[in-house]
Amino acid sequence: MSRFKELQKNLFGGGTSNARQFGMIFTLLAIIVFFQVKTDGLTLTSGNLIALTQQYAYISILSIGMLMVIVAGHIDLSVGSVAAFTGIIVAKAITEHDVPWPLGILLGLVVGAAIGAWQGFWVAYVGVPAFIVTLAGMLLFRGGNQYIGDASTVPVPEGFREIGSGYLPEFGPNTGYNNWTLILGLLACLAVIWRELRARQVRQQMVGAEPSPLWIAILRMALMVAVIVFATLRFAGGRVGTSFPISGIILAVLVIAYSFYTRNTSGGRHIYAVGGNSRAAELSGVKLRRVNFYVMMNMSVLAALAGMIFVARSAASGPQDGNGWELDAIAAVFIGGAAVAGGLGTISGAIVGGLVMAVLNNGLQLIGTGSDKVQIIKGLFLLGAVALDVYNKKQGKFSIVGALTKPFRRDEPATPAAAPVVEHVADDKTPASN
Amino acid sequence: MGGAPPLLEMRGITKEFPGVKALSNVNLVVGSGEIHAICGENGAGKSTLMKVLSGVYPYGSYSGSILYQGAETKFSDIRASENAGIVIIHQELALVPGMSITENIFLGNEPRRFGRIDWQAANRQALELMARVGLSEDPDTLIKDIGVGKQQLVEIAKAFAKDVKLLILDEPTAALNENDSQHLLDLLRGFRSRGITSIMISHKLNEIEAVADSITILRDGKSIETIDVKGEGADEDRIVRGMVGRDLNSRFPDHEPKIGEVFFEVRDWTVRHPISADRLVCKNSNFTVRRGEIVGFAGLMGAGRTELAMSIFGRSYGVFLDGTIIKDGKEVKLKNVSDAIANGLAYVSEDRKAVGLNLLDDIKTSVVAAKLSKITKHGVLDEAAEYQQAEEYRKNLRIKTPTVDEGVTKLSGGNQQKVVLAKWMFTDPDLLILDEPTRGIDVGAKYEIYGIIQRLADEGKGVIVISSELPELIGLCDRIYTVFEGSITGEIARRDAAPELLMKQMTSMKKLATS
Repeated sequence: MSRFKELQKNLFGGGTSNARQFGMIFTLLAIIVFFQVKTDGLTLTSGNLIALTQQYAYISILSIGMLMVIVAGHIDLSVGSVAAFTGIIVAKAITEHDVPWPLGILLGLVVGAAIGAWQGFWVAYVGVPAFIVTLAGMLLFRGGNQYIGDASTVPVPEGFREIGSGYLPEFGPNTGYNNWTLILGLLACLAVIWRELRARQVRQQMVGAEPSPLWIAILRMALMVAVIVFATLRFAGGRVGTSFPISGIILAVLVIAYSFYTRNTSGGRHIYAVGGNSRAAELSGVKLRRVNFYVMMNMSVLAALAGMIFVARSAASGPQDGNGWELDAIAAVFIGGAAVAGGLGTISGAIVGGLVMAVLNNGLQLIGTGSDKVQIIKGLFLLGAVALDVYNKKQGKFSIVGALTKPFRRDEPATPAAAPVVEHVADDKTPASN
Repeated sequence: MGGAPPLLEMRGITKEFPGVKALSNVNLVVGSGEIHAICGENGAGKSTLMKVLSGVYPYGSYSGSILYQGAETKFSDIRASENAGIVIIHQELALVPGMSITENIFLGNEPRRFGRIDWQAANRQALELMARVGLSEDPDTLIKDIGVGKQQLVEIAKAFAKDVKLLILDEPTAALNENDSQHLLDLLRGFRSRGITSIMISHKLNEIEAVADSITILRDGKSIETIDVKGEGADEDRIVRGMVGRDLNSRFPDHEPKIGEVFFEVRDWTVRHPISADRLVCKNSNFTVRRGEIVGFAGLMGAGRTELAMSIFGRSYGVFLDGTIIKDGKEVKLKNVSDAIANGLAYVSEDRKAVGLNLLDDIKTSVVAAKLSKITKHGVLDEAAEYQQAEEYRKNLRIKTPTVDEGVTKLSGGNQQKVVLAKWMFTDPDLLILDEPTRGIDVGAKYEIYGIIQRLADEGKGVIVISSELPELIGLCDRIYTVFEGSITGEIARRDAAPELLMKQMTSMKKLATS
């Protein structure tokens, strides 16, 4: 195995990651560098990074749910409308019915769960394709938003706005940075190191499995720590009064929790099993309908949360909130390596996919590209990213582009495996001859 | 034929994939108007050779030469080979289920008049073609409404519509029952008498022996020998020896059963079809399984064996009407698959690709898929435990793979089947129901699977084997039930088991006195 391939295989999460994600991380880096140069360093300023986080946190929250929906083999077109519908109900409840805002958030989540149960019921228990159910939901809840809000905007009070536009507070000695952000950054570094060591330990317990080489582990740790340190200093060193956004923290917590759920619990496995082969999953004891129901329901709860964060950020709920969000979320998931047919994809991939789109969008705006051209470029980018993947899968041969985009986990060329296979063939023949 | 030049001659065909030599200097000579069988274990290169022949791998991507009708051919794609009269019928039929027989026969080849499809002519021609393959159906019948045997015939009719000279059949009888297989073989003989040449790839040695004029054996990508059946005669042992490169003294490992008491009993099991309310797929079925016993279920395709097995396995087929399951002296109610797994049942389905495995999974995820609770600690999956468990099964069952991180699609049929077996052994079952456990896998792997089944029985588990191959049931099982149209029509002990007796009971309603 060449050094490059070894790097490619092991740099991000060893055997469980995939190369399209690897390719996407490089694409992301390239885009960042490109815009950093083009905007004379504007892209990576504290102010822009903070704005970027606040602006795309809710899309990324949606893409977490969307990833699970798509892995299970469905789609959800209603998320934008559900977000808007929840937003208006919560805004109305807080401003016109004097519901305290924390209760308002709870109310929003309950509304999301109820909508999710409604859509999940049709998908899982009646068997109507999710495409249809959520297309109906898209119309239904958009109309619901405009009916309840009378197609006008409803403002929300100060406290509630925190979840969308708030920052970590200042505390402790004056270091010139936001101390909470520094502490968070430090914790993140420790977590990365701990996780790396833990993963190595687990891998070593697996007799016969080759752990990734030490130099790669150290390189990976160093890279991630460097990125975290850089980001921490940027987020902590912005204009006084700003720091890492609350919405970013909500997103980070959700990413960690859902990554853990999808990777390390049987519930998460079941989602992949259902998307990969529903009949096989059913005959392995997976409760198909329950999985489908909860996946759809979870999506709407996250859509409700995203809607509330958006309302909090824009300080009011309006009739056009959430327009087109479903497409951004779906695009993020597919750019991040999920399979259209279901069964494949990761939360981290979807987040990286979302970041690529966000940085692209942000950078184009910074250099003054009109929204017409931004849409054209984003559209072409989505098509190009997935088309490359499809093309490489069909070709099945190694190329630079292929190396960056092809999921090696399933379709690695037979070369490296050939030698051990031959050995096994040999000792496999022995039983019949004695 | 005598001195007539051969229809097809493939000389020194070598085809390499990155890191693998799939074919190495293979020679194949097919005489005009003969039935030529190609035998070999899975992975021996049969399909690759046929893909080279039909232009799926175009000229230039392999070395060696192909002489067809006396001239060298350089097919660039499959259309080019079809124009030359070479038609392949794949194991997975390429028919559109929602279209009629006529539409399928002329798909992509529709008879046109003034630019529009002339359906009258199409139907007329379809009837002619159907008559040639012995298929009597309304040509407007949809493909999904006819059985797989008749679908196979439609495929052949489709080949005739293209004016076939060389018909290649890949495992034509794998999915067919005895009657349909017989019909197909007769059909091939009929073609021969009309001068059409056929190449047949098959694992069913008895069929090859019955119908082939010559047999070419491939092993590990090389052509080992060509047997002229008329001249030298060929028996199954000889073919097997050529295929595996050694003598198989016996196709079944020696085994001394250790049979215990009855621990699993099904009484008055009655299940109806999931859609048609008046069709019973299981009628008052009664049977028992003892510890350490291998029990066979013989029956023709469609007799209701799979339906019986699946309905017992957590009612995963049909609508349950009546019946009781008694396990270890107590009645158990298995309302869904998780109940069945929790009560120690395992069902290995007949179609491992469609319903047995998630083909996106790697080996280790597949092995643990049916009982994740075993590798879960405090709600968290233990990846090290998962790996180790899978690794143990890899060693014990001799799954040919460098590591258990490998995707299941990379394995051969036999090794995939071992993964499915591992998946169900992992659930610690007391009773394993194996539906066609050796379908589509080669002789060597079959032997190993038989060994695994015997080992499971020796551990005190009960094993039910459903199989369409009577020699397999007779060689493997301690006791055999026969099933006909949803009813159990007989129970035969190993010492009395003979193909003729089984066949009689598999095809008759007359119920034996069951005591």
